[in-house]
Amino acid sequence: MKNMFKLSRQVAVAAAAVALTGAVHAQNQPWHDLGRAATPAEVKAWDIDVRPDFKGLPKGAGSVSMGETVWIAKCSSCHGDFGESNEVFTPIIGGTTKKDIETGRVAALVEGAPSKAPQKTTIMKVATLSTIWDYINRAMPWNNPKTLTPDEVFGVTAYLLSLAEIVPADFVLSDKNIAEVQKRMPNRNGMVFYEPLWKVNGKGDVKNVACMKDCEFDPRVKSFLPDFARDAHGNIQEQNRGIGPVRGVDTTKPPAKGLVGGAAAAAAPAAAPAAAKGPNVNNLLAANSCTACHGMKNKIVGPGFNEIAAKHKGKANLEAYLVGKIKNGGSGVYGAIPMPAQPQVKDADAQAMAQWIAAGAQ
Amino acid sequence: MSKDLSEVIGRVVPAPENFLSAEQLESARKARRSFMGKALAMGAGVAASAGAATKAIAAEGEDAILKLPEHTTGLGMPVAMDPGYGQPSKWESNLRRRQSPGLTRVDAASVSFTPLQGLFGIITPSGLHFERHHQGWWDIDPSKHRLMINGLVKRERVFTMDDLMRLPSVSRIHFIECGANTATEWGNVAVPSVQYTHGMVSCSEFTGVLLSTLLEMCGIDKKKAKFVLAEGADGSSMTRTIDIERAMDDCIVAWAMNGEMLRPENGYPLRLVVPGIQGVSWVKYLRRIEVGDMKYAAKDEAVHYIDHMPDGTHRQYTGIQECKSVITTPSAGQTLLDKGYYNVTGLAWSGRGSIKRVDVSADGGRTWRTARLEGPVLPKAMTRFNIDWVWDGKPAILQARAIDSTGYVQPKINQLRAVRGTKSVYHQNAIQSWLVSENGEVSNVQVY
Repeated sequence: MKNMFKLSRQVAVAAAAVALTGAVHAQNQPWHDLGRAATPAEVKAWDIDVRPDFKGLPKGAGSVSMGETVWIAKCSSCHGDFGESNEVFTPIIGGTTKKDIETGRVAALVEGAPSKAPQKTTIMKVATLSTIWDYINRAMPWNNPKTLTPDEVFGVTAYLLSLAEIVPADFVLSDKNIAEVQKRMPNRNGMVFYEPLWKVNGKGDVKNVACMKDCEFDPRVKSFLPDFARDAHGNIQEQNRGIGPVRGVDTTKPPAKGLVGGAAAAAAPAAAPAAAKGPNVNNLLAANSCTACHGMKNKIVGPGFNEIAAKHKGKANLEAYLVGKIKNGGSGVYGAIPMPAQPQVKDADAQAMAQWIAAGAQ
Repeated sequence: MSKDLSEVIGRVVPAPENFLSAEQLESARKARRSFMGKALAMGAGVAASAGAATKAIAAEGEDAILKLPEHTTGLGMPVAMDPGYGQPSKWESNLRRRQSPGLTRVDAASVSFTPLQGLFGIITPSGLHFERHHQGWWDIDPSKHRLMINGLVKRERVFTMDDLMRLPSVSRIHFIECGANTATEWGNVAVPSVQYTHGMVSCSEFTGVLLSTLLEMCGIDKKKAKFVLAEGADGSSMTRTIDIERAMDDCIVAWAMNGEMLRPENGYPLRLVVPGIQGVSWVKYLRRIEVGDMKYAAKDEAVHYIDHMPDGTHRQYTGIQECKSVITTPSAGQTLLDKGYYNVTGLAWSGRGSIKRVDVSADGGRTWRTARLEGPVLPKAMTRFNIDWVWDGKPAILQARAIDSTGYVQPKINQLRAVRGTKSVYHQNAIQSWLVSENGEVSNVQVY
C-alpha cells in the first residue's frame, strides 16, 4: 500500500507538471482560449485592405476603356461622367495640372493660389494611389459596395487616373505597374505627418495662456451670424425646452427690439408634444437613398418629387407605374441620365412612396 | 399680501400652457419693479407666475396650486407600458438630434447633432448621442456578427459576441467627438446654436473588453507590431489606423453604452472605443483588427479627415481631440428672460487627459473667473462646469476656457488660425463666444 501510494503521488506530480506547461495561460488568463482559429479562407474573405506599399493588392488589370464602361453604368449617376460632378458628392477629378504631376504637390492647395476647381477634389488631396483602389474596392458603388471585381476596380481607377491626365487614354492599370503610376500622383508629396497630434502625450502646436485679468482684449465682434442664417436651421425656439432659465429664440422673427423683457421673452413657447405619426415617407425616401438624387421640390440628378407628381397627375394605375419605376429604374422620361434599378427597396416601401408621389408628393 | 399676484413677477417663467402677450409680460415686468420688494417682504414673491396673468390667478393664489389637477386626483398609468421601454416625456420633444441643412447632401452619409443646449451633467442620453454615418446604418443580427484579429499575431482568431461577452470587461466613461466638430466656425460665424457648433460630441459609459486583452490572447508580435487597423462590417467598411501604444493602452472593444447594448446608430453590436481620439477612429460594427507595421492611409485618413494647412500640405493622422469647452446654457439661440442671477453651465473635455480647470469670462475675455467643476472629473471624459453670474441687462460676451491635466490652455480662434489657417476643417477647439444682447437674446459671435 505504501508503494502504491508513493507511485500514485509520482503520477499525480507528473500530471500536474504537464498541465502546468500546457496551461500557463489557464492560470493567469483563464479566458485565453476563448474564440477559435480563423481559417485561411475567412482571413482572405475579410482581409481586403491595401496599404500604401500595395501589400494586400490582388492580382489583376483593367483598361481605361473598360473602366469607363463600368463607370458610366455604376458610378456616373452620382459622380458625373467625368468624376467632376458636385451634385451628390464632392468632385473627384479636377484642379490638378501637368506641373503638379511633375512636382508631386498640387499648387492650387496653397493658401491664396488660384484654382480652376470650384472646390477641393479628391485627386487634388490624395497622395496614395492605394487609397483610391482600396476606397473603390471596399465602399463603392455607394449603394452596392464590394460588388466590383478586382479587374473592374483596376479599370475604374485607370479611368479616373486618365481623366486627371496621370495616365494616357489607352492605359491598362495592373498590380504590376501600379507602383510606377504612384510616382505620378499629383499630390504625392503633399502629406505631412505631425506627430504631436497623433500621440496622446504630444504637445500641441497652438499655445494660449490662462490670463485672469486685464487680459489682451479687443471688444469688437469680428463676426456675427449672417441674417440669412438666423432661420436656416429651423426655428430654434422649437429646439429648446419650454421650461427653465432660458427659452429658445423665435428665429422666424427678427431679433426683438428693446431691452430684455420685451417681445423676446414673451415669446416663451409651448413645449408642444410631438404628435404620433404614421409611416413616415420622408424616412423611407432617406433610408432608401432616394433623396440622394431627387429633391422634394428640386432636381438633383433626377427630377424633384413634385415634378414627378405634376407630370403624371391623374394618370390611371399611377401607383403601379411608379412602383415599377422605383424597382426597375428607367431613363428618357426626364432626360438622358438613367435611374438605376432599385431591387433592394422593399415592396411595401416602394408602394408607400409611390402612393405618396401619386397623391401629389406633398 | 398683494391682492393681485400678476403684480408680482418672480423669475419663474410661465409654464407652457400659460401664455402672455409681449405687452402683458412687459407690463407685468414693470409691475414687478415697483411691487417686487414689497411682495418679497410679505413672502409672496417666490412662486408667483407671470403666466397666470389676471384670469388664472385668483386673489388667494395660483390655480396650479389651488386647483388640484387630474394627475393629483386621478389614476395614473400602469407599469410596463407598451413597448416596454421608457420614452422621454412628451414635453421634451423639442430636444432632438437634428441635421444641419446644407452640410451634407446625402442622408446616409451625414451627421445629426446632439442638442447640448438642453442637456445636464456629463452623460449624453443614448437616444440623443450624435450620429455620423458614412454609408448608412444597420441593425445587425448579433448572433451572426464576428470579430477577426489577423496580421502580426501568433494566432489569427475569430470571436463571436458570446466569446467577447465572456471576457473580462471594463466600464469607462469617455467622450467621443467628431474631428469635424465646430468645423463651421473655422471661418466666420455660420450656424445659430450650440447644437450645430458643438453637437458632434457626446459622452457615455462604454462597456467592453480591452483591445489589449484580445491582442494578447492572439499572441501579438510585440517586436514588429507598430499599428493596428480597425475595420467595420458595414458597406463603407470604415478603416482607421491606430498606433500600437493606443491599442495596448485604453482602447475598448465595446458592446454596451450607458448600461444597455449599443444603439444601432452607434455601432450595435460592437464598436471600437479609442479614448481621446476623434470619433472616426471609433469604428462601428467592428469586424476586424489587423496588426501591422505600417500606417494604412485608409480613405478616411488620406482623402477625408486630413487637415489642410496654409502652405498647401495636409496633415495626416491628426487624431487627438485637444482640450475644449463650451457654455451650453445660456448659449446661442436662447434668450434670457430677465436680468439677474444665472447659473452659467457648460462642458469641458480633453483627449490628452482630464480637465484641471475651466475659467469663464462675461466680458469677452478681459477678465476671467474660475468655474466649479462637478464630479466626477475623469480622463478623456466630459466634465461639467458651473459658475454664478448676475446679468445686469447690458451686452455681455460669455466665453469658457478649459485647461487640461497637461497644462494646455484652450486657444482663441485667432491663435488657431495663425498656425493652421482657415481651411483645415478638423480639430477646431477654439474658445467659443456667445453675445448676450440687451434684449436677452444670445447669439453666436467671434471675439478674440
